[in-house]
Amino acid sequence: MPAEIQPTASIAIEAAAEVALEDVGRGRLVMRRFFRKKIAVGGLVVLVLLLAFAFIGPYLTKWDYKSTDYNAFLQRPSSSHWFGTTQIGQDVYAQTLRGLQKSLVIGLLTAFVSTGLAAVVGATAGYFGGWADRILMWFVDLLLVLPAFLIIAILSPTFRGKTWLIFVFLLAAFSWMITARIVRGLALSLKEQEFVQAARFMGVPPRKIIFRHLLPNMSSLLIIDATLNVGGAILAETGLSYFGFGVQPPDVSLGTLIADGTRSAITFPWLFLFSGGALIITVLAVSVIGDGMRDALDPKSNSSRNT
Amino acid sequence: MTAPPPGEPVLRVSNLVVDFPSEAGTVNAVRGVSYEVAPGEVFGVVGESGSGKSVTALAILGLLPNSARVSGSVQYRGRELLGLGDADMSKIRGRSIAMVFQDPLSALTPVYTVGQQIVEAVRIHNDVSRDDAEKRAVELLDLVGIPNAAERARSFPHEFSGGMRQRVMIAMAIANDPDVIIADEPTTALDVTIQAQVLEVLERAQEATGAAIVMITHDLGVIAGFADRVMVMYAGKPVETGSVDDVFYRPRMPYTLGLLGSLPRADATGREPLTPVDGNPPSLVALPPGCPFAPRCPLKIEVCESAEPPLLPTDDPWHASACHRTAYVAENDLKPTDVFAAPTPPPVVSEAMREGRPVVLEVKDLVRTFPLTRGLVFRRQVGELAAVDGISFDIREGETLGLVGESGCGKTTTINEILALAKPTSGSINVLGQDTAALSRRERQELRRDISVVFQDPMASLDPKLPISDILSEGLATYGVAKSERGPRVRELLQLVGLSSTHASRYPHEFSGGQRQRVGIARALALQPKLVVLDEPVSALDVSIRAGIVNLLEQLRADLRLSYLFVAHDLSVVRHSADRVAVMYLGRIVEIGAVAPVFAHPAHPYTQALLSAVPLPDPRRERERKRIILEGDLPGTTEVRVGCRFRGRCPTFATLDETLRTKCIEDDPALTSLGDDQSAACHYPTLASVF
Amino acid sequence: MAKFLLRRFVNYLILVILATSLGYIVASTSLNPRSNFEGRNPAPPKASVDAKLNALNLNDETPILTRFKNWAVPALHGDFGKTISGQSVSEEMWRRMGVTLRLLLIGSILGGALGVAVGVISAVKQYKFTDYSATVTSFVILSIPVFLLAVLLKVGALNLNQHAGTTLLYYTGEKTPGLSGSFWVHAQDRLQHFILPTLSLVLGQVAFYSRYQRSAMLDVLGSDFLRTAQAKGLRRRDALVKHGLRTALIPMATFFAYEFGLLLTGATFTEKIFGWHGMGEWFIDSVTSNDVNTVAAVTAFSAVLVLIAGMLADLAYAALDPRVRIK
Repeated sequence: MPAEIQPTASIAIEAAAEVALEDVGRGRLVMRRFFRKKIAVGGLVVLVLLLAFAFIGPYLTKWDYKSTDYNAFLQRPSSSHWFGTTQIGQDVYAQTLRGLQKSLVIGLLTAFVSTGLAAVVGATAGYFGGWADRILMWFVDLLLVLPAFLIIAILSPTFRGKTWLIFVFLLAAFSWMITARIVRGLALSLKEQEFVQAARFMGVPPRKIIFRHLLPNMSSLLIIDATLNVGGAILAETGLSYFGFGVQPPDVSLGTLIADGTRSAITFPWLFLFSGGALIITVLAVSVIGDGMRDALDPKSNSSRNT
Repeated sequence: MTAPPPGEPVLRVSNLVVDFPSEAGTVNAVRGVSYEVAPGEVFGVVGESGSGKSVTALAILGLLPNSARVSGSVQYRGRELLGLGDADMSKIRGRSIAMVFQDPLSALTPVYTVGQQIVEAVRIHNDVSRDDAEKRAVELLDLVGIPNAAERARSFPHEFSGGMRQRVMIAMAIANDPDVIIADEPTTALDVTIQAQVLEVLERAQEATGAAIVMITHDLGVIAGFADRVMVMYAGKPVETGSVDDVFYRPRMPYTLGLLGSLPRADATGREPLTPVDGNPPSLVALPPGCPFAPRCPLKIEVCESAEPPLLPTDDPWHASACHRTAYVAENDLKPTDVFAAPTPPPVVSEAMREGRPVVLEVKDLVRTFPLTRGLVFRRQVGELAAVDGISFDIREGETLGLVGESGCGKTTTINEILALAKPTSGSINVLGQDTAALSRRERQELRRDISVVFQDPMASLDPKLPISDILSEGLATYGVAKSERGPRVRELLQLVGLSSTHASRYPHEFSGGQRQRVGIARALALQPKLVVLDEPVSALDVSIRAGIVNLLEQLRADLRLSYLFVAHDLSVVRHSADRVAVMYLGRIVEIGAVAPVFAHPAHPYTQALLSAVPLPDPRRERERKRIILEGDLPGTTEVRVGCRFRGRCPTFATLDETLRTKCIEDDPALTSLGDDQSAACHYPTLASVF
Repeated sequence: MAKFLLRRFVNYLILVILATSLGYIVASTSLNPRSNFEGRNPAPPKASVDAKLNALNLNDETPILTRFKNWAVPALHGDFGKTISGQSVSEEMWRRMGVTLRLLLIGSILGGALGVAVGVISAVKQYKFTDYSATVTSFVILSIPVFLLAVLLKVGALNLNQHAGTTLLYYTGEKTPGLSGSFWVHAQDRLQHFILPTLSLVLGQVAFYSRYQRSAMLDVLGSDFLRTAQAKGLRRRDALVKHGLRTALIPMATFFAYEFGLLLTGATFTEKIFGWHGMGEWFIDSVTSNDVNTVAAVTAFSAVLVLIAGMLADLAYAALDPRVRIK
């Protein structure tokens, strides 16, 4: 798994037995628990603002992320260039937003694909057992041993000039393994649960059992995992882009921006402070939301032990 | 008419109140409990889930989570315990008052050996050297009956069986000669013969230490045999207290009446009506005013709903009851069937009736083996384990066969084999005349309609993410029933099991355990099966709810002409519900026959020990009984089986002389008929009555 | 037990060989060493370029399997071929390995130990200020990628140096070249160079382990055996340390193996940014210079380290948890 992807709560692999709740609808209860944690709500607000900022923000300025202003090289933040300019006159505000867009989209897509893949592979391996399980898990082991950062870095020349979607798939290809393991563990214990046995003995086909009974009962885990994966994917992508192995010029991502700005970090701090700051805030917001969701969805999880 | 022994009580609880904050509001778990325990006596606390019995125990020792608010008074030998700090309480815990918990696997630390944990218990309170403490630990393990105590002290908790672990917990509890031992459901998780062993160990422990025991359980049979005085709790408060004889023979509170009447008896001579207590225990959040039992009480009057009755003495000053109508109950000496409506159970299917009926299930010499593997990466087979080793039985239409046995006997594997509808390792299974080994895919799918299953755990047997209507119609959908027909059928099924059709859109978590089990039964009936396999259908339910489900199952069987394969380890339920019974031990049927002869005079020594271990909710009988206690545990899986597998623990074998023993050692006994629909697999069967 | 571990080892070994081979194949197909030569001005004749490439076993016109064989066979004996500039890969690797291993060792030991400590304290003082501040700090640190953290530390060091008037902390290289003096002078110099890179690695490790240790500890706090320990007469604090901590450490063993992979990547960033001449820096340089053999060698190194980490984790797990030991 590349760079600092945050692993999910791989500790609690417990069966999805519902706790009898007194008369309160489960959905509402989950919402209530989530909103009780102010910091999680804060994260949600920040993320929404960031998304708005990233996608609506560019329309607020006349500068494009590619355009260059020959009258303003290395200018500090000013009223015409809100975040300042680079050595060749590019508007840092526009660039930062563009980079934020790219990083956010990559992060969300990667998390989605990776969690989806992990869910299907893990549930299949766990439910069927036997050879399917052994082969799939061995494959998972192999991918875990492969140094992901290195492989993606090595492959980067090949997708130079092509769409960044390839990059998303590569990232996703290396981040689903741990979750798949957890899903498999959950599937194994769910398989023994009586409601799954009841379906089997009733003649329900395996495909239906996996998608109707197993996966919905893991939804809490999958949602939490996907949320945390967003942060991890963004970190991974920026790490690779920083060294030139990820998003390629002329496209920008927060990673490339930080790389460009590092050289002059001390003398012209605005070149990397805004992109660096945007990165930290985004990942922090997503992590906090993920943590809040874990507390809301999984009351047995320890960080939610109230009083 | 029995007063508690004179003298200063060793433990006095006065008006104990415990509250917990929770998502839904404050939970009033304990609402004013008072009792006294005299030195050396056994005080029983009986209640179902939500009664507050365990919380009371934890409150005494100060082991409740920080969020709990405790008030009232708990005095140990006159010294007030509530409000003591951790340092002071630690000196009392484990030394003056000790506790034995329910689940010994989770209650013992997995990373330390058993010996280390007992040594710790000793050294906390006594300034002794490690060597001396170790010697004491081995002594204690010996006292509680752990074989090879010195060696086994170096084993880890997961290397022991459940019964052995519980003995270790008892050893830890008595390590410092406490004055009070609180046992919180100590045998609930154990098999019945192991339970008998552990209860005997507790008795021994009591003799050795002279301690008083507070026995908390939901099992009235255990209380009847073990306790001197008993307190019945309901909704956080005691509702009846007195000597065991008083409470069991002269219950004065309707809840106690209902509870006692709802219990099937293993020593019953026929199929007696069970009194179901309708409804559920109340939620302890925001209890309505009045008696908490009122919604379920057939004797309730107006005052019951507005004023909660206090615990007051009845005609006998030492027998107290919390009920407005106690006087009425006492005057007429009401019995449970006088108060609660009990349906007449259908008659038992006799042997003569059997002959005429078609065979629904026939199992012949069924064998199921599992490979034993070693190694985790590259697995290697090192042998075979025969979980089911050659069993045969049949079930006729409209009849119930009870399959009983303890853990490891193979009953679960048996029903899994039958439900799989596939070719077993060897032997044959015939369902409704079709051999499962010869089925095509399509035939098997069709046959699945005729055989269905009801599981044990109502929480886990329903998919928590689906509404009831989806759960019930899943089977209908799989077999191509038109969408328009599914709705009406779902409503029909709900009515059949006593639920309202408005429940169809709700989710499982909105129902109580008993209601969920009814949904499970409805699901099993959806495709109009002929045979229903029930895997411990009532053991996960509260005691007062069980009778309702048992009655429902019987009524359904009679109305729909179903046949049941009933797997259970609760022999009293089997005595009541089944027509015939098969007793399994280590993959074999050791005794099979009609319930009446098998229960009245079991022939196989194992059946005798099994039935002798069943506690009866009848104090007099319990006192008079002589229990047959089996030694040790089930033999390990890798031991070779030549000859009779039971001989290692067989009380009869122990009394035989050399020449007679050879037969047991060399010959594996087969089932031989003893007349009157009773067969046993024993070379020297004796018909004995154990009740 | 030993047999079980041996089997795990063999399994890992197979995976490592596969991973390394895959790494080589991916590198050979994806990187283009030929472009290094073609880019020159004037462009050298194809024949001489071919000859150069052949000498290095980097000719893309040779079938991939042949190249693989040419690389793999000597590699099994420890000879990883030649770099793009004709040096011996193995020699360079020996030089650089030590650097990386130094970083990794300190990073994992310090990071692990401190992380566990912070996690335990956090759990015990749940919801108090200590826990709160530790949690917030961990979250923030885990949101900062290592490279950014490194850069921020560099900036911080610069400011610190300016305020102190002298160079307190160095941020380039492992030591000052050409320094003369006693052992202590050298030791101090090394330490001054050492602090920043270590910090950038260790901070992330501590944050990671503390989160998971905290959660494992909290799991244990509600467990039955802790209640039994108290019922025996142990004070809460003693019960927590003696029974709780030991049990809560068990899941950390599995995390170690996984986290080690992240540590490797983090070390790569750290080396490049702080100018430590280790394997990570070498890797990044070789990808950009199309140095296939070096890339393959680093991949092999990395895979072997993951194997070692995995074995250590298995050993630790068995040592900590008697339930998995097979008699």
